[in-house]
Amino acid sequence: MTSVDALIEGLAGVGYIASRRIATALYMAVNLQKPILVEGSAGVGKTELALSTATLLGLPLIRMQCYEGLDESKALYEWKYGKQLLYTQILKDRMGAALGDAPDMDAAMDRLHGMGDLFFSEPFLEPRPLMKALREDDGCVLLIDEIDKSDEAFEAFLLEVLSAYQVSIPELGVMKAKTPPIVFLTSNNVRDLGDALKRRCLHLHIPLPDAALEKKIVASRVPGIEEKLTQELVSFVQSLRTMDLRKSPSISETVDWARALILLNADSLDAEVVRDSLNVLLKFEQDIVAVEPQIAELIRRPLA
Amino acid sequence: MQTSLEDFFRALRAADVRISPAEAIDAHRTVALVGFEDRVLFKDALCATLAKTADEVDRFDRIFETFFTRDSFQAAPPPGEGERMEDLPPEAEQSELARMLMDGDASALAQAMEEAADRAQVSQIRLSTQRSRLTRKLLEEMGLSEIERIIAAARKSEDARTQAAGQRLEQARKALTEEAGRYVERQHELYAAESGRNLREDLLARKALNAEGGIDPVDQAMMQALVKRMAKRLADRYSRRRHVAWTGHLDVRRTLRKSMGYGGMPFDIVFKTKKIDKPSIVAICDVSKSVAAAAQFLLTFLYSLNEVVDRMEAFAFSGRMISVNAVLDEHRIETAILEVLKQIGFQQTDYGKSLEDFCEQHLDQIDRHTTVIILGDARSNYADPRLDLLATIQKRARAVIWLNPEPESYWGQGDSVMHRYERFCHVAKQCNTLAQLERIIEDVLRTYIPH
Repeated sequence: MTSVDALIEGLAGVGYIASRRIATALYMAVNLQKPILVEGSAGVGKTELALSTATLLGLPLIRMQCYEGLDESKALYEWKYGKQLLYTQILKDRMGAALGDAPDMDAAMDRLHGMGDLFFSEPFLEPRPLMKALREDDGCVLLIDEIDKSDEAFEAFLLEVLSAYQVSIPELGVMKAKTPPIVFLTSNNVRDLGDALKRRCLHLHIPLPDAALEKKIVASRVPGIEEKLTQELVSFVQSLRTMDLRKSPSISETVDWARALILLNADSLDAEVVRDSLNVLLKFEQDIVAVEPQIAELIRRPLA
Repeated sequence: MQTSLEDFFRALRAADVRISPAEAIDAHRTVALVGFEDRVLFKDALCATLAKTADEVDRFDRIFETFFTRDSFQAAPPPGEGERMEDLPPEAEQSELARMLMDGDASALAQAMEEAADRAQVSQIRLSTQRSRLTRKLLEEMGLSEIERIIAAARKSEDARTQAAGQRLEQARKALTEEAGRYVERQHELYAAESGRNLREDLLARKALNAEGGIDPVDQAMMQALVKRMAKRLADRYSRRRHVAWTGHLDVRRTLRKSMGYGGMPFDIVFKTKKIDKPSIVAICDVSKSVAAAAQFLLTFLYSLNEVVDRMEAFAFSGRMISVNAVLDEHRIETAILEVLKQIGFQQTDYGKSLEDFCEQHLDQIDRHTTVIILGDARSNYADPRLDLLATIQKRARAVIWLNPEPESYWGQGDSVMHRYERFCHVAKQCNTLAQLERIIEDVLRTYIPH
C-alpha cells in the first residue's frame, strides 16, 4: 500500500491483474479513506477487485448484495423481536414480585423507572452487513454490490455510513467505526446514481481490457495455458468486441472460455472447436447465430 | 499550484463535469498525496476524484490533455550566427523579453507568457470575439511595446550588425505573436467553447416552434438532441421513485414497535404500502402546417419517456385521424413525422371530424388512468367542433390536457374555438417552445407520484 506500483504487484500476487488506473484509484481510496464506486459492464472484474483487495490486505470481506426493496432492517440491524417479546413476558411475571410491596402508585412508578431498561439494548441487536463492517475493530473490506439495483431511499441512507463511517440507531445513539472499512460499491448502470452518493465516492470505471492486458489476465487466471492458444483466443475475443452484439463477451467470459478450451484439449483455435464452445462466450442465441458464419474468417485474422 | 488547479476545475466545469467545492477539496488532498512528479499517476488520481461517470472520464481526459499540455514553445528560432544581444540598440539592455527572444530561451518565454496571461486574465475568456483583443493584451503584458521600440531603433541604425540583430528580433516577435494567438485559442477552447454551445441550446429551448419559415435543419438536429436530453432528465427523476413497490407486506418492525404500548399485543398492524402508478398517455396531435413542428417534438419527447410511461398511444390528424404508433415503430422518430404527413398531410383541418374518428375507433383506449394530451391550435375552419365528443373523452379520462402553440391572446379569434374546447380540458396551456413542453410533461409525471 506504499505506492501504486507496489499495489499493482501485490494484486498480481493474488491473481488480479490491475491496470494503472485501477491501482491508482484503489491507492487513493485507502489513503484518503474514501469509498470507491466501481462501474463497468458485467464481468469486467468489479466484484473480483474487492475480493482480491481483501485477500491482499488480509482483511475479512463483508459483502452486501443490493436488490430492489432492500431496506435498513436487512442492511444495517434488526431487533431480535422474539427475544424482546420473551423479555417483556419475563418482566411481566417478575413485575408483581418487584412492585407488590410498594405503598402507592407513585412509589411503584419510581421503582419501575429505577429498573434498568434493557428492551432496546445491544444484546437484542441483530447486526446486518453494514453494522458488522463498522464493528470490525481491525478494519475490513466492505463490498456493497450492485448499488444501482437498490432504491433511492436506501441510497440516501447509505450517505451517513459512507461519509462518516458511522450509523445512527434511534434507540441507542451513534455507532462509529474504530477503523474505517475499505468500501467498494459496484454498479452496472441500471439507473443513474444520485449526485450526493457520487460526490462521496471516488469513481472508477473499468473498461473492457486491451489485448495485452487480457492476455496477462488469462495467463494468470488459467495456469498452464499455452502461449499460442492465449494469443489466438484473446485476439478472437477482441475482434468479437468490435462486432455489433447484444452482449459483448467480457473478461469473465474470456477466462471461462479459456478453461473450456483446455478441457476440450484444444491447443489452438480451429473452426470446429470454436463452434462447439461458442456458447461459453456468447450468451444470446441471436449473437451466436450472427457470429457462427464468420468464425472461419475471424480465426484467420492476424493476431492482435 | 492552487490557482492552476482552480483554473483546471473551471475548465472542467465549462465542459460540464460537475465539481462541487467538496470535490475540489478532495482534489487538493489528492494532489498533496500523490504530488506532481508522475504525470500518469497525477492524472489517474485526479480522474478518480473528479470524474464521476464514464462520460465524464472521457471529457476529463480531453480537458486534462489540453490544459496540462504545453506544446514546445515555438517562439524562438535557434540563436543565429553573429546576431548577438550586444548588437541591439541601447534600449534593449533593460529588456528581459528581448534577451529571452534573442537567446531563444523557450522555457523562460513560456513561463513569462503564463505569468502575463495571469495578469491579462486570459482565462476569463467567454466569447470567440474576445480572442484578438486578449491576444493583444497578453502580448502587451509581456512587454511587446518595448520590443517594438527596440526594433524601430534598430531599423534606424546605420550599423549592419545592429540591423541584422533587429531583423532577428522581429522574426522572433512574429513567432511570439503567433504563439500567443495559439495560447489564447487554447484557453478559449478550454473555458468558452462549451459555454457558447450552452447559450445556443438555451436559445433553442425558448425558440418558437411555429415560427415563420420553419426551423433551420441544423437547429432541428440540435433540438432533437435537446428534447431527448430533457426527456432523459425527467425519466431519471421520475423512474427512480416508481421502482419501489412492495404492496401489502406486513411491516413487522413497525408493527412490533407499535405493539409495545399494548404489552406486546399487535393491535396496530402496519403494512408496507406504496401504491405506484405510471402514467398512460394518449397523445392526439394536429399535424397541419402550423403545428407539425411542435407535434414532432411532442412525440419525440413522449417516446423518449418510455421508461416512466406505462402505455403510450399516439394519433395524428389534420382532416381525418390515424394511429401513428405503427409508423413510429417502423421509422426513426425524425422521419416518422414526414411519413405521417405523406399519409394525411395537406388536408383541411377538421377537429370535429377527427374527434368523431377517434371516438368511433379508439375510444376504448381511454380509461380512468389515461391522460389525454391534445396538441393543436383549435382552428377548425368554421366546421362543427363537436364539443360533445370532447366532453365524452373528458368524462372517461383521468385528465385532458390541451397544448396550443398559439399565445392565449389569439385563442377565440377568427376560426379558433379554443375557448369553447377549453371548458372540457383540465389544463389548457400555451406550448410553443421546448422549455414549455418540458414543464408541462413534468407536471403530468409529477401528479402521478403518490402523495
